[in-house]
Amino acid sequence: MDGSWQRRFVLEGTSELNTSKMAKRARAAELRLGLDASSADAADVRSTTVIEPPRGWDFFPLREVWAYRELMYFLAWRDVKLRYKQTALGVVWVALQPIALAAMFTIVFSRFLSAPSAGLPYPAFVLAGLVPWQFFAAALGRSSLSLVANEHLLTKIYFPRIMIPLASVLTASIDMLFTLAVLGAVLIYYGIGLPTVALFLPLLVALLLGAAMGIGLLLSALNVRYRDIQAIVPFLTQIWLFATPIAYAATLVPADWRWLYDLNPMVGIVDGFRWAITGGAFPSSLFSSAAVITVLVIVSIVYFRRAERQFADVV
Amino acid sequence: MATTVVSASGLGKHYQLGERRHRPLTKRSVARVLGRSSHEPPGSSFWALRDVSFEVQEGEVVGIIGRNGAGKSTLLKVLSRITHPTEGRAEIRGRVGSLLEVGTGFHPELTGRENIALNGAILGMRSSELQRKFDEIVEFAEIGPFIDTPVKRYSSGMYVRLAFAVAAHLEPEVLLVDEVLSVGDIAFQRKCLGKIEEVAHQQRTVLFVSHQIDSIQQLCQRVLLLRSGQTQAFGPTQDVIAAYLSDVATSADGDFDLWDHPTRAVHHTPVIRRLRLQTDDGSMTTRYAPYDAMVAEILVEPPHTLREPIIGIGIADHFGRRIFTVASFFEPEGLEPIKGLSRIRCRIPELRLGSGRYLVSVSVQDRYHGELDGLENVAEFEVIWQNSYGTGEPYRPVFGPILSRSRWERLDP
Repeated sequence: MDGSWQRRFVLEGTSELNTSKMAKRARAAELRLGLDASSADAADVRSTTVIEPPRGWDFFPLREVWAYRELMYFLAWRDVKLRYKQTALGVVWVALQPIALAAMFTIVFSRFLSAPSAGLPYPAFVLAGLVPWQFFAAALGRSSLSLVANEHLLTKIYFPRIMIPLASVLTASIDMLFTLAVLGAVLIYYGIGLPTVALFLPLLVALLLGAAMGIGLLLSALNVRYRDIQAIVPFLTQIWLFATPIAYAATLVPADWRWLYDLNPMVGIVDGFRWAITGGAFPSSLFSSAAVITVLVIVSIVYFRRAERQFADVV
Repeated sequence: MATTVVSASGLGKHYQLGERRHRPLTKRSVARVLGRSSHEPPGSSFWALRDVSFEVQEGEVVGIIGRNGAGKSTLLKVLSRITHPTEGRAEIRGRVGSLLEVGTGFHPELTGRENIALNGAILGMRSSELQRKFDEIVEFAEIGPFIDTPVKRYSSGMYVRLAFAVAAHLEPEVLLVDEVLSVGDIAFQRKCLGKIEEVAHQQRTVLFVSHQIDSIQQLCQRVLLLRSGQTQAFGPTQDVIAAYLSDVATSADGDFDLWDHPTRAVHHTPVIRRLRLQTDDGSMTTRYAPYDAMVAEILVEPPHTLREPIIGIGIADHFGRRIFTVASFFEPEGLEPIKGLSRIRCRIPELRLGSGRYLVSVSVQDRYHGELDGLENVAEFEVIWQNSYGTGEPYRPVFGPILSRSRWERLDP
């Protein structure tokens, strides 16, 4: 990524994206939100901001998030950009991490321990788990710290607070594009053709985004008040790694424990990823995961919206 | 017809202070497990803002003044939705832009160009809008060839100029500005004030917090004076400023403690400790007769030796308009170097002021270091007319504040 590419992305790329259809849509949204000052009868279209003590419960601020979507892109872009400033290999690091881990797991679990790998070559098997997992771990790590790290924004400017952890999740998903490419390359290397159920992959990714968002929002909001979260997250991620069938197949888990094990939303997602790549029997753990993630997303948004009222005062 | 753009009624913000919030969870649970009721003192709480109501019309520039901690910034934070009010309600019509700090979200590692993009997005500018104004922003900031240099390599002046340039090109209908003009050099400050005036001329509304009475006077039609979170006055600029100045500068006996004075600019280190207004016989006072001598004693404690100190005293009328200035470097003999805690005495042989209330400003400078400390309009004294013409004729304000002796004679044609 050389500088000129990014510059174009910032200042010109946006206009390229602004095809007339998008512009029209955005304009319609502006008008709906009353953000447009230039229209002839601005006085009538102008929105009124009402400032009152908060009460009751709020859910996802869909309209505001839409209005501020550019901010989310920019925050994510800033994080991506900053991470690779003054690094020699730049974005290659994103691809190297899962490759190195997959190699390590292959040696330890496949060579030494001969773990079963559900009919896939072990490196492909472990990578199919590592791709969603690494995204999840990165999203968790980033978003849990995000609000505190952007304290100066919280106390100086108004925007939907939810944009900050969402931007962290977005940053992690940009990385996932690269790791998915690595997975694709490995599949091609082993000559593994994708079955028709691979069409479910986007759905699985959506579920994965939901899981990361749910937990990320919760942790980021908690971290504003209790910095303990900062200490917990790294080792929570480590434990979670072992509670997820990445190095091993979920079939190794005793049947008596399966119900508990399946409550881990990442179990269904990792099983789902492997199923989408190999075909075979539909993993029932996907149902419980989807249910857990739905609850998680609802709870975390409600909690976040409740907690955000205090952010500027507490952080 | 004037439209109300901002209306606030009964706004209040309550803060809980002290231990409560920061008490670790464990302490609470331990206390619970041990069956001990936690009989710690309830966290102190206070109203940073209470029962503030006002209305601002379209195209008005309203200043918000008050001592530090009077609630000015809290009010702006509530209006810009950074924090919620505890009570009351406010309505703002139109797009709100707030500028509570110059360069919010600037990142030192990113280049000027990248920071413009990021900062613009943070301030709520659309990228199409930003693109349109990009060249204008760069020109306003006067950073030219450094646009692709990381801002960590900028001088502080360049940094501030760039940051303000982005914010100045926001086009909100209501602009909330907090004390941002105290940064940057004089030329740039003037440019910023010009920009705010320009904004006001475009029928946009500005709410503007500042310690700088001149800027308030220059820009605002009306001023809101806050004191301990409450509205003390809201009205025409001149009246409110006069009320504010006499509020921060009164002393019963002529002894003014200036050590942590609320109006000291943020970038000043406190050097001026006290100011004592005295008469020729050394007794302290706040009342003078028009032709009295004024003796001002200033207690200063500079952080280092001032080899060529310049100490100035300014006298202003009660609207804060400067009438005259005396300074050590106006006098051929000057002032000897100042080392450590020192008492500086200045005698003005004749005040020659008409009756009324006046304000004193003090500045401590060094020829080599520039201004170290300065306090504007911090001490009030009164001049009382006592048949000072010697003719029984009263003084009238229309004569102007300066008195002068004069001699009259009739000459043959």
